[in-house]
Amino acid sequence: MEVRTRKVGVASVIDLKGQIDLSSSSKMRTAVLEAIKAKGALRVAVNLTEVSYIDSSGIATLVEGLQLARARSCHFVIFGLQQAPREVLELARLDKVFEIRVDEREALDS
Amino acid sequence: MIEIKISSDPKFLTIVRAMVGKVCELVECSVEEKNKIILAVDEACSNIMKHTYHGDLGQSIEIRCESARDKIEFVLKDCGPPIDPGKIKPRPLDELRPGGLGTHFIRTIMDEVKYEHVAGCGNTLRMVKFLHRNNPGELT
Repeated sequence: MEVRTRKVGVASVIDLKGQIDLSSSSKMRTAVLEAIKAKGALRVAVNLTEVSYIDSSGIATLVEGLQLARARSCHFVIFGLQQAPREVLELARLDKVFEIRVDEREALDS
Repeated sequence: MIEIKISSDPKFLTIVRAMVGKVCELVECSVEEKNKIILAVDEACSNIMKHTYHGDLGQSIEIRCESARDKIEFVLKDCGPPIDPGKIKPRPLDELRPGGLGTHFIRTIMDEVKYEHVAGCGNTLRMVKFLHRNNPGELT
C-alpha cells in the first residue's frame, strides 16, 4: 500500500493507494495520527479513492483517527469510498459515524 | 477442493484474498457476497496471526475450501496452543473504539462458525456460507 500526505490550504490530505490489511495498516496509522497531531492541524481528509480493500485493522485506524481528531478539535473526514470499503464500514455500522464525502473538493469544503 | 498453506506473515494475506475471490467467482457468488466472504476469511487468518501466533511470522496456516450446490466452506488450521472459543466474542458495536471488529465481521458474514482444538494438532476453524442464487457453480 502507498501512503502520501500533502497540504491543501489548512488541510492535510492523506492519499492511500492499494489494499489495507494487517500488513499495511500500521503505515496508514502512522500517517493519520501524525497529520492529526501536527501543530495547528485543523482538518484531516483521508483519500480512499484508490483503496480497493480495507479490513478491521484499517477501520480501527480510522476510528482511532476520528477519536483523536475530536479530542484535538480537528475536523476529520474520509472521501472517495469504493464499494468494498463502503460495505465494510456498513458492516461495522460506522457509515453514519464518519463524515464521508464523495470527493476531495467536497471533503475540503464541508 | 482447493487447499493452500501460508506462513503466518501478514504479507501473504493478499494471496489468501486472491484465492478466496477466485473461488467465489467460480461458484458464481455476487460481487457483494464475494467481497464479504473475502473479508471473513482474511479476518480469520489475521486473528490466527495476531492472537494464536502472537505475531510470530514463522508458523503456518492451512486454508481449505470446498463447495457444494448451496454452500461454500472454509476450514482454517493452525498449529498454535488451544484457543478458548468462549473468549472469541464480537464487541458491542455501540462502543466507538478501535479494534475487536474482526470477529464481528466473521460471525455476521458466515452462516456457521465453529472453533475446535485437536490435541497435538492445533486449532481448526470451520466457516460455512450458504449461497443464494439460481444456478450455482460447484468446485469438485
